[in-house]
Parts: sequence; C-alpha cells; structure tokens
Amino acid sequence: MRSGTFVSVLLGLVALGGCSEGVLDPKGPIAEGERQILFNSLGIMLAIVIPTILATLGVAFWFRSSNRRARYRPDFAYSGRLEMIVWSIPAMTVLLVGGVAWIGSHDLDPRKPLASDVAPLRVQVVSLDWKWLFIYPDHGIATVNQLTVPVGVPVSFELTSSGVMNSFFVPQLGSQIYTMAGMTTRLQLQADHAGTYRGLSANFSGDGFADMRFAVDAVPAREFQQWVQAVGRATGPVLDAAAYGGLAKPSRALPPQTYRAVAPGLFDSIVNAGMHDHHASPQRAEK
Amino acid sequence: MNLLGKLDWSAIPFDQPIIMVASALMILVIGAILGWITLKGHWPYLWSEWITSVDHKRIGVMYILLAMVMLLRGFTDAIMMRAQQAVAAGGAEGYLPPEHFDQIFSAHGTIMIFFMAMPFVIGLMNIILPLQLGVRDVAFPTLNSVSFWLTASGTLLINISLVVGEFAKTGWVAYPPLAELQFSPGVGVDYYLWSLQISGIGTLMTGINFVTTILKMRAPGMGYMRMPVFCWTALASNLLIVAAFPVLTATFAMLLLDRYLGFHFFTVEAGGNAMMYINLFWVWGHPEVYILILPAFGVFSEVVATFSGKPLFGYRSMVAATMAICVLSFLVWLHHFFTMGASADVNGFFGVMTMIIAVPTGVKIFNWLFTMYGGRVRFSVPILWSIGFMVTFVIGGMTGVLMAVPPADFQLHNSLFLVAHFHNVIIGGVVFGVFAAYNYWFPKVFGFRLHEGWGKASFWCWLVGFYLAFMPLYALGLMGMTRRLQHYDNPEWQPWLVAAAVGAAVILVGVACQVAQLAVSIRDRRLLRDLTGDPWNGRTLEWSTSSPPPAWNFAVLPQVGDIDAWWSRKQAMPARQEAPARPYQAIEMPKNSPTGFITAFFAVVTGFALIWHIWWMAGLGLVGAFLTILAFAFRREEEIEIPAAEIARFDRVHEMEPAQ
Repeated sequence: MRSGTFVSVLLGLVALGGCSEGVLDPKGPIAEGERQILFNSLGIMLAIVIPTILATLGVAFWFRSSNRRARYRPDFAYSGRLEMIVWSIPAMTVLLVGGVAWIGSHDLDPRKPLASDVAPLRVQVVSLDWKWLFIYPDHGIATVNQLTVPVGVPVSFELTSSGVMNSFFVPQLGSQIYTMAGMTTRLQLQADHAGTYRGLSANFSGDGFADMRFAVDAVPAREFQQWVQAVGRATGPVLDAAAYGGLAKPSRALPPQTYRAVAPGLFDSIVNAGMHDHHASPQRAEK
Repeated sequence: MNLLGKLDWSAIPFDQPIIMVASALMILVIGAILGWITLKGHWPYLWSEWITSVDHKRIGVMYILLAMVMLLRGFTDAIMMRAQQAVAAGGAEGYLPPEHFDQIFSAHGTIMIFFMAMPFVIGLMNIILPLQLGVRDVAFPTLNSVSFWLTASGTLLINISLVVGEFAKTGWVAYPPLAELQFSPGVGVDYYLWSLQISGIGTLMTGINFVTTILKMRAPGMGYMRMPVFCWTALASNLLIVAAFPVLTATFAMLLLDRYLGFHFFTVEAGGNAMMYINLFWVWGHPEVYILILPAFGVFSEVVATFSGKPLFGYRSMVAATMAICVLSFLVWLHHFFTMGASADVNGFFGVMTMIIAVPTGVKIFNWLFTMYGGRVRFSVPILWSIGFMVTFVIGGMTGVLMAVPPADFQLHNSLFLVAHFHNVIIGGVVFGVFAAYNYWFPKVFGFRLHEGWGKASFWCWLVGFYLAFMPLYALGLMGMTRRLQHYDNPEWQPWLVAAAVGAAVILVGVACQVAQLAVSIRDRRLLRDLTGDPWNGRTLEWSTSSPPPAWNFAVLPQVGDIDAWWSRKQAMPARQEAPARPYQAIEMPKNSPTGFITAFFAVVTGFALIWHIWWMAGLGLVGAFLTILAFAFRREEEIEIPAAEIARFDRVHEMEPAQ
C-alpha cells in the first residue's frame, strides 16, 4: 500500500532527524518552534490525507467492474449532504492549519526580538561573490565564512548583499532570510547548545554558489569573549574600504578568515552603495 | 561595426565535449528526419496538410508532438543533474563544471514549464475543446496557427542556445540582479528572455482565442451549465492566461530594457529594485501553475466519469471549485518569497490565502472519489494515471500547504523539499494528467487505440520512479540540503541522491515504454483500430463523431439537452438504427494559410538577431513579420466551401453519427 510506504518514509524521516544535521535536529528556540509547527501542521493534515488516500484506493478497488457484489448506481451524481461534507472537511482542516500559520508567522517573525535576560549580540552579515562576511560592530572585528556566537545569547542579525541576492540560512538554528543589495533584512536567532553547525546560502547566486558555506561555532559565553579578544589581538589584516574592495571581487571556496579591526560604518556604506549611482560592486570578471 | 553583432566562432563551445556531442547528435537526428522527408517526397503533403493547416486538431497534434520532443530534451537535463549530484559529494566535483550545471538546471525548468507542459496542455485544449463544445473550429483558426508557430519559434531559439552561445545560468526564474547585465553579461539570459517573449505572445493569443471560442461558439442548447467540465477548466485556464501572461511579458520587457538600453528597473544601483521583479514574476508564476493544472483536473474529471460509467459527481461543485481556484490563484503569489522580509501580517495573510485555495482542490479530490463510488471502474490506462494522480497529488498538496505556513517555509524554502513538492504536483498532477489524456483521446485523433500493455508498463515505471526519485528529495530538504548545488560536502546526503538518481532511471524506463507503446501501436494499428468513434463508451460530444473526425467535425451541429450530451443521446436511442435522412448543407471551412509559419520564421530571425545584437537583421525580421501579417490582412478569400455531397459521402462511409 503506497500510503503505508509514505507513512513509513515519514517515520523514517523523523528518526533520521535524530542523527542528521537538518531542520529536524534543532539547536535553538527558533528552529525548535519551527519544527513544532512543522509537526503540528503535518499531523493535522495527515489526519485527513491518509484516510483520503486509503478511501481512493479502496473505492477504486471495490467498484472495479469485475466485482459483481458492488452495487452499480449509474445515476448517483449528487447528494447535498455529501457536498456539504466534501466542502467542510478541507475547510475545517484549513481553518486549523491557517490558525497555526497566522499565529506562527507572528510568533516566529524573523524581526521579532527574542525574549531573553541577556542583551543580544549584534552581527552584520554581507553576502559577497561567493562568501559570507560577518561584522561584529560592538567588538570591531569581522570574519569571513565563519560565524562564532555565544550559547544562550540572542543574536540579532542585520543582513545585506554586495550584489546578487542570497539567502542566509543555518538550518539547525532556524529561519533563513534573503540578503539584498541596498537593503537591510533582519533576523533573530539563538543557539542553545554548543556545537558546530552548517551555514549556507539557500538562494542561487551564480557559479560559485555551491561553495557559499560557512561554519557556525556556538561556544559558551566565556569562550566567546576569549575568542573576540584573540581575534582583536591577532596580527591579522584590518577590514577597511580597500580591503573590502579586494574581498568583494568574485572568489570561490575561500577558507575562513578573521579581521582584527573593521572600519566603522562599513556595513552602512555597503548598504548605501547600492542606492547610489556608481558601481558599488565590481563587474564580475568572468566571461 | 561588426556585421554579425556579438556573434563569432567563439560562440560555439568547441571545448565542451558533452555539449558538442549532444549538439552533433541533435543535428544528425534533425538532418536525418529532414533528409528522409525530402527523399520520400513528403514535403508537399507536410506543407499543405500540416504546416499551413488551420485545423484545430492538426494544430493540437503538432503542439503535443513538440511537447513530447521537449519532454525528452528536458528529461535528458534531469538525468544529467541527478547523475551529477549522485557523484559530486565530499571533495568530488562531478563531471559537470558549475558553468555547465547552472545552464542545465535553468534549461530544465524553462523547457519543462514553457515548452513541455504548456504546449501539451494547449495542444489538448486545441484538439478537444471544439469537439466537446460541438463546433467546427476555434474562433480564430489562422491566429491559432500563428500561436502554434510562435511557440515553435521560442522552442527553436532555446534549443539553438545549446549550440550557439550559452543558456541562462540564473535558474528558470532569472531573478535580478543575477540576471542583470552586470552579473550575467553573456547571451544566456537574452536567449531565455527572447524565446519566452516570442512564445509568450503565442500563448496569450491562444488564451484570447480559446476564451472567445468557449464564450461564443457552443453547440445549440449548450448553456454554460451543460458544458463538459474539461471545457470549464479550459475556460478558467485561458482566462488566467489572458490575465497573467501580459504581466510576464511586461516584466521581461523591463528586464530587457535594463539589459539592452541601460534602464534601472531591477539593477542594484540607481534606485533599481529586484523585489519588484520577484513580485511581478510570481504574479504571473502562481496563476501559471493553475493554467497547467486546471486542464489536467478537467482531464481527470472526464476520465474518471467515463471509466466509472457514471456522470461526474457534484458537477456544480466542480464548476464552482474551478472558478474559485481561478480567482484565488491571483491572491497567493507572495508565498514564493516569505523569506524576503515582509511583515508577519503580510506573510500570515498570504499563507492563509494559499491554504484556502487548497479547499476547492480538496473538494475536487472528494468528488472524483464519489464519482468512482457506485460505478463500474474499468482499469484501463487513462484511469490508472488518474488514480495514481489522486494518491500522489494529495501528498504534493499536503507538502504545499505545509510550506504555506510561513515559519515552516523559513526552513524549507529553496530546499530540496521545495523541489520535491513542486515536482510532486507538476508530475503527479500535470504530467499524469496529460498522459491520461494522451491515452484517452489518442483513438479519437488517430482512429486507433494505444497498446494497453505498454501503457500500463509505462504507468507503473513512472509511478514507482517518481516516488523513488522525489521522496529522497523531501528527506534531503529536511536534512538542510538546498537546491541547485553543483557539489556538496556533506557525505550523509549522497545515498539519498543516489536513490533519487535510480528513481530517475526508472522513469527513463517508463519513457522508453511510452516510445515503445507508440511504435507498437502504430505497427498494430489495424488490430487496435476503432471504427465506432466511441471506444470507451464516452459521455461527451467528441465521441459522437468519427475517429478521426472529419475536418468539419460534425456534419450537422449537435443539439444539446443535457450535461453528458452524448451519453443521454445514447440512452435515448439504445440500438443503432437506420439514420433518417439528414439535412446536409455545404460547410464553409477556413482556408489553410502559411501566415503562421512565415511569421514564426521571421520571429526566429528577429529573436536570434536581438540576442546577438545584429540590429540590421532584427529590423529585417520585424519588417518581414509585419509584411506577412499585412499580406494576410489583404487576403481575398478566406474560406473554402465543402459541398453537401462530400459531407454526405463521408457520413455514409463512416455511419456513426446517429440522427439528432
């Protein structure tokens, strides 16, 4: 029975969530909330979908033309009562799932600050061809293709793009959001467990897209402070306008990198570059 | 000033063996076919009976032939992608470099939607609509021919991109700023835009043509509430074409202005805003999926009723559901980008609207179920596709509603879960629908049935292959794998992608079975011949005329007094009896015209010239197209008269139209 296969596939998926690194294995409140909504909606719908599939197969089989025990009713083409049921079943299902959707959109609005006793960590995100730049404005440091956040602290992201659109996504922490040139989108996430999680771009952005990956290191708050100080003290490069210009040139599969200092207001100038009439981002060299 | 614009020898990718071999094969096959036609001297026949034909049935057949060839092309792309992703794990790069892989997934989507699904559905409506409505042709027969040939022009252009130049590397949606000149300086996006602009004009004219046909040209007595449900769904679908395609044309026109004349509609600078494009694209894009699926719903309604030996359950509900979907489909487009940062109210609204559209769809599923209830279901190939659809589509609809929940979409958007979802509804809905229709109406068009055994083998391969290919993608989406990845570093994904590739191979066997089915059926056509014109004990008017129908469809226009007009006529007159003398009259039929073919030729010239910036040639093409239309406008005779004696003779030979 095909529906049986589907159910077992679903159960398999749920089991698989335990060991994989996907959205079924959340590591923060947003991802957890989203998984709950996923399961709730799925449950509501399966309650009607599975019987429908079974009924379809059952009715088709029982009323096969060779079955002389089935009653042939060639004029059975209308029944007011059935019509009412036929319209109300999907309507009621949708009423339930619609409620989940409406409440969920408000509860898990990407812009909504997370309830927490701790002040959020601010991170500014820029998607470039083809890498991710993370600026920590309160600490004056920056990283490429690697994001370090403290466990249990809300992270408030401001995101933009140097050129084409990307989507910032850490499946185990929750919501993705587009990055667009000349605009700032906002996202609030939090990691509740220490660990390293995969981050990626979820919106195709050109030839180097497959390598737009980054690692998210969620570390205890004290370790985070040590990491910030270590980056600041390191002898690494400084991210000023010139260094940013170099970074913005297309490149693929860049190894993680840190900047010990960042020119103040860099993020805003990247956002604003998109609004003005000059070439903010260099032409792509290829072709 | 270069006489050939940007075109030179570097446009041909000599360094890419895969492309060169594929192109060489394509050119060989086309050359062989053309050579065979020339050798056999079939050109005069093809020219006068097909290429210049304005007969809706012939045009429909050509549409479907085009769609099937493009299905093979798009499916080849699919196999290549599945093979690439099955091997490109860990450090491996696979056999397709990103520059090539990106073109393949863009071409796959574009071809499957615009040049496979659309022509197939439009071809079906072409063949069946006038027959079901009990009329002799569509409202504007020559325009119909122009529409078809413009679609063929677009198809030709997109296939030329394989050999000359490149195709878009932007995905089939061609979102700016990626699709802007700054980030896509090559001709790929121009191929995409011009081939869709040209075929889009054809589609829009088809929409106008069919809406007019349905509203103004029904058989005497056929009120709206007596129309077969397929006609209702076709009406809804064509209303959507008329309302939505101009949006796409305007959006592409703006992107073309950006790319050709330095405008700033969607650029990253000078106040351009790519979000506008994304909104406008999906204002067309969401109705588009209903343009495709509604006629498929119509097909299932006809097939389920016929093979259950019962009228469709809840006809009025079905009509209401169809028209509700038609209207609601314009109120859901934002669910394609919940992740663009809209407010919770906006996201919530569009999420709920998207779910509401699932209500009429659910009603349809239940009504098909109750149509089978109390019937005598004959498990022939068309109903197998229909039951396969009902089971599969319910799952696809469920995952769709799941992603209509904005917070769930924040996780699943652009993942392979999404890819699995829309293949679940497009394959499980549209493709299963057109295959059901293909098996169902084939005897009507050609006078012999398709082979059952090969048809069933094909169905089971497709069904099993589909589940094997796409259920793993649902899992991968939940594991966080995003779409359009040329390679990936997570080894856990690989087994699932290998399973998906095996699924694609099973579908390939299904496709092979279909080719075999057609070949075997043509070989055994005498055995499979249908002389009744009504091989399935049908209910609607197309089964009341001979198979294949004469050019004029009906010697005498049928009188309609009921929903299933042909069924009730059969009930009223169970035994075949001597037909009384019928009032034969001469029939005026539209004259064949090469206008469509010549216009399309100039459209290809114009499109190709614009893509390569060969301005003089673009000008020539436009002038040529204009002069062709002008010549058509000044035609002296547009109809030929078929004498009553010839019609009477045809009827005597076929003897299957019972008296009114």
